[in-house]
Amino acid sequence: MADGVEGSDAMAIERTLAGDRDAYRVLVDRHSRTVYKMAYRMMGNAHDADDIVQESFLRAYQKLKQFAGNANFGTWVYRIAANYAIDRIRQRNADEVRREGPSRAGEDSLEVDPMSQVRDLSPSPERLAGSSQLAERMKAALAELSPAERTAIVMRHWDGCGIEEIATVLKSNSNATKNTVFRAVQKLRRALAPFLEGKEARAMGTEG
Amino acid sequence: MKHRTEEELIAYREGETKERMEITAHLKECAECREELARIESVFGALDAMSVPDPGDGYGERVWQRIAPKLGQRPTRWWETPFLPQRLAALGGVVALLVLAFLAGRWTKPRIPVADQPDAAKVRERVLVVAVGEHLGRTEMVLMELENAPAQKGQKAINISETERRAEDLVEENRLYRQTALKEGDQAMASMLDELERVLLDIANSPEEVTPAAFETIRKRIEQQGLLFKVRIVKQRLDERKGKPDAKPAENQARDTERKKV
Repeated sequence: MADGVEGSDAMAIERTLAGDRDAYRVLVDRHSRTVYKMAYRMMGNAHDADDIVQESFLRAYQKLKQFAGNANFGTWVYRIAANYAIDRIRQRNADEVRREGPSRAGEDSLEVDPMSQVRDLSPSPERLAGSSQLAERMKAALAELSPAERTAIVMRHWDGCGIEEIATVLKSNSNATKNTVFRAVQKLRRALAPFLEGKEARAMGTEG
Repeated sequence: MKHRTEEELIAYREGETKERMEITAHLKECAECREELARIESVFGALDAMSVPDPGDGYGERVWQRIAPKLGQRPTRWWETPFLPQRLAALGGVVALLVLAFLAGRWTKPRIPVADQPDAAKVRERVLVVAVGEHLGRTEMVLMELENAPAQKGQKAINISETERRAEDLVEENRLYRQTALKEGDQAMASMLDELERVLLDIANSPEEVTPAAFETIRKRIEQQGLLFKVRIVKQRLDERKGKPDAKPAENQARDTERKKV
């Protein structure tokens, strides 16, 4: 971190805007690890997470004058990163669809029945022998979520974001965002059910 | 006993239910729903099992080293960071027009008496007129693309990411021209640009893929506000102010004026 810069983000932003480019280093230093963690969870690998971090801080720099200081810089750059990650996942999915055929097209639509989208990921019993397999399994299950669902679960569970905050990133309303969170949990549950529960999860809305 | 649905239990676990008391009471009595909640909870436990490799203490510094060479001098003024390809193209267009305007001014000058030569304010106005004319041309293209985008049957999402990126660039330009118009006291132009800015912002802030319904809303808004016509009329007036009476036949002008009244 630059020497003597213990001040707030606001001060670093002010100095950057005044022409002191190195002042931006403070902001990068202060917030890049948080953004990296989110990006890693979104993308599932370090290489893509690095790309997200770098691009987000570049974009934030270029748009710094638009940042009116009415929100926390960390929150702002986090949002930029989350949006960029969503774009990258969509791009990646589109590339996969092009390569593998149209079977997964449109999976990010909010209207699609979640149950129809849970691909059978049942592993062999040997593969699910320990927690590392669980982590692997979870990684695969996360990769199967739509970009919006993945964003919702990453922001909600690991970063403790409120529904409104997630809704801002998803450019959605709070009710739809709540449903996205719930659907993400349901999909993860079904993907992990053979490992966590040893049986199929209870069907939604079951009455007994 | 009526069991709680999975979704209700997830909402309960997430603290996003309006029936907290009722569900709590139900859980006290219903072992099956308690088990169901425990199974849901295990999903969150599994999420915790997925750790993120620590990027190391010097991570911030490494990021800085990678991005520092790509940063412009200062992000405060758009003309100081004109490195984006689209912006370079836009800037190139404006510069070319300014050169043309300057040359045209020199060539046609002898016809103007010395006393009537444009003062600094008039030059500024002329520069604004030329630049805004170009800006409106680009905006018109974006609005036309949206108005004319073909909606395919059964399409679940429409990708407007390219249009969105262009709108994002136009917002910045638009803001600058609006402020300049205000400074120059051109209220009419400032007000039109203000209206335009709101729509451009909406487009720029839309999701990259929108549902056909959301897309239709954007399109209707452009239509209802007659934005495309307003843009064309202002553009035409600017062309006239630039001294280019080649804009449109009288018939079209009358039609546009009529549309504007609507």
